[in-house]
Amino acid sequence: MKLGGVSRVLLIEDDPAVREGLELALTRHGYRVRAVESGEQGLDRLRADLPDVVVLDLMLPGMDGFEVCRRIRAAREVPIIMLTARGDDIDVVAGLEAGADDYVVKPVRPRVLEARIRAVLRRVGRDQAELERHGDLTIDRAGLVVASRGVPVGLTPTELRLLLELSGTPGRVHSRQQLLESVWEHGYFGDSRLVDACVQRLRAKIEDDSAAPVYVQTVRGFGYRFGPV
Amino acid sequence: MKRPVTPRPSLGLRARLLFAFALLCVVTAAAVAGAIYVEARNAILERAQDAAVQAMRSRLQALYPLPNPAPDAGELGEIARTVAEGNNDAVAVYHERRSPAGPRQPCLPFGGPCRQGLDPGMIPKGLRREVADGNIAWQRVVWQDGPHLIIGTPLLIVEGDRPTRASGIEVYMMHSLAPEQRSIDRLAIFAWLIGGAALAFAVVLALLAARGVLRPAHELGRAARLLGQGELRTRIAVRGSDELADVAHTFNATAAELERHVKQLREMEADARRFVADVSHELRTPLAALAAVADVLEEEAAELPEAAGRAARLVSQETLNLTALVNDLIEISRFDSGVAALALNEVDVAELVRATLRTRGWSEQVHTELPAAVTARLDPRRVDVILANLVGNALRHGEPPVSVRLSADPHWIALEVRDHGPGLDGAVLPHVFDRFYKASTARARSEGSGLGLAIARENARLHRGDLSVTNAPDGGAIFALRLPRRAHDPDGGPE
Repeated sequence: MKLGGVSRVLLIEDDPAVREGLELALTRHGYRVRAVESGEQGLDRLRADLPDVVVLDLMLPGMDGFEVCRRIRAAREVPIIMLTARGDDIDVVAGLEAGADDYVVKPVRPRVLEARIRAVLRRVGRDQAELERHGDLTIDRAGLVVASRGVPVGLTPTELRLLLELSGTPGRVHSRQQLLESVWEHGYFGDSRLVDACVQRLRAKIEDDSAAPVYVQTVRGFGYRFGPV
Repeated sequence: MKRPVTPRPSLGLRARLLFAFALLCVVTAAAVAGAIYVEARNAILERAQDAAVQAMRSRLQALYPLPNPAPDAGELGEIARTVAEGNNDAVAVYHERRSPAGPRQPCLPFGGPCRQGLDPGMIPKGLRREVADGNIAWQRVVWQDGPHLIIGTPLLIVEGDRPTRASGIEVYMMHSLAPEQRSIDRLAIFAWLIGGAALAFAVVLALLAARGVLRPAHELGRAARLLGQGELRTRIAVRGSDELADVAHTFNATAAELERHVKQLREMEADARRFVADVSHELRTPLAALAAVADVLEEEAAELPEAAGRAARLVSQETLNLTALVNDLIEISRFDSGVAALALNEVDVAELVRATLRTRGWSEQVHTELPAAVTARLDPRRVDVILANLVGNALRHGEPPVSVRLSADPHWIALEVRDHGPGLDGAVLPHVFDRFYKASTARARSEGSGLGLAIARENARLHRGDLSVTNAPDGGAIFALRLPRRAHDPDGGPE
């Protein structure tokens, strides 16, 4: 997916000035940027370019950002960072539910956006551990493959990092702040809804009944823990 | 909001009305009943006296002529028996001699006092003197079981043409006034009953009258209170066309006018705020483009010729300032429109404070007193905004050392940010949290948007807490943030 170490960014943003500005800045940071102005074009480029990360404006003419997000998610496990207007909390929640991994608030400084892109692109460290079995779930930390009852589960990089982080210490409670720092590389004051939304998506993929989770359990008032299975 | 409890004047009015009515009634009833009672009593007694005296006289007629001017006890007894009749007792006295005491009246079967016969010793001396002077006299006495009338008369000797002379025989008769007393008692009871009934009637009348006046007054008071509390739709029902109805009309008209004015003002304010919000949102798109290239400009500035480089740095810096200002404006317009919401999380407060200081590189400059294991359910991002603002202000405008102190009780946490500068001017203190308020005109354009403290306070209030400022007695400003340990969360929030 990566050619010569250059990450490819698909930028979907309808405002020409913002699009050009971000394209300029990200290109300077060493990314290969494909900037398009509509969701339809974005979906086309997704198939053609196979980008490493998608930066998606939620306010788009025609097909809106949420729909684009869902379609990208249905097609691929590529990380998605959404651009939202400041304080539009409902957009943030809806965008996270649609499958976005992270979000930044406009107006955004390119170095902030770049840090987020770097975080979602961060490779998960492989190690030589044995295949872990937790009930019906198998986690291959060497091959970075997760399977439920032997069937591989397609996880986005963020979901995979979250699962590995939690399952690395089964039974230990991780606070949302800790997960934001270790998985998202946000500071202490990141948005804990990122964690909640990602947990929901992860549960939908690995749990038999996401309303009664077995693997990723909620510890009310504290955070999340893996198991006990 | 608690207000000092003012004594309710309506109670006083009711008491006064009651008292006036009752007094009027009592005085009238006492005057009427008293006069009638006295008059009737006198009439009854006089009639009884006259009748008794008349009866005695007629019976005495039967004694004449006296058989013996110096009668012995037996004859005196005869005289007494003649005069005494029915229930009356009589005694005849001749100098030291007296008629023999009559047979004792049978004692009452239930052990009441046995009535003794009339004894000369019981007769008042004044009466005896009067009789001795040759006059018929009577006197009311209370004796044993009730009032009695004692009538005394001398027996006179009339012989031919010679002047009448006293025979020395005196006859006394005691006549019981019990029936008359009973009549008088009944009269008195009747007077009391009527007086009491009139008093009760007066009280009821007074209460009705008081209610008639007080109910509208109460309603007016209640409506005025509601109006004062912001219930501008409060109106009162107008009844009749008296003075109270006039007051009600005036009140309603005033309330309507007030409501109209307030509505107008609110609309104007809402318009102004909406305008600010709209402008901020409109500014966002061009700013997003500017912000996207601000970093590029800054990074390239060093490569540019001197003037162009300075210009590039200026544009870059001011773009960031403008972005901060617009972000603050949008934030405050969200408070104004009530869409700001809490994202509550159970956090270790000391850890939160340390994170705020660490994130901004202030850990070395700020002295902290942070007891461990103080947890609270709050919105960490918003508390960070508050703290960053307070500490940032203290570092910029106050003097070191700047300290942050955490304390807690079961329901609240308190964070105190303090510097050791000269403190804030007394005139400035009340306005510190005003929007765009600048403490000194010299610092007309300082870091920050001028909305920082306003946003900080809004954030505190969103938690149902508060943010206040005072000057320490030994110098320096103290900003005190108080937050409930369990912030109210209407949506339930994340678990």
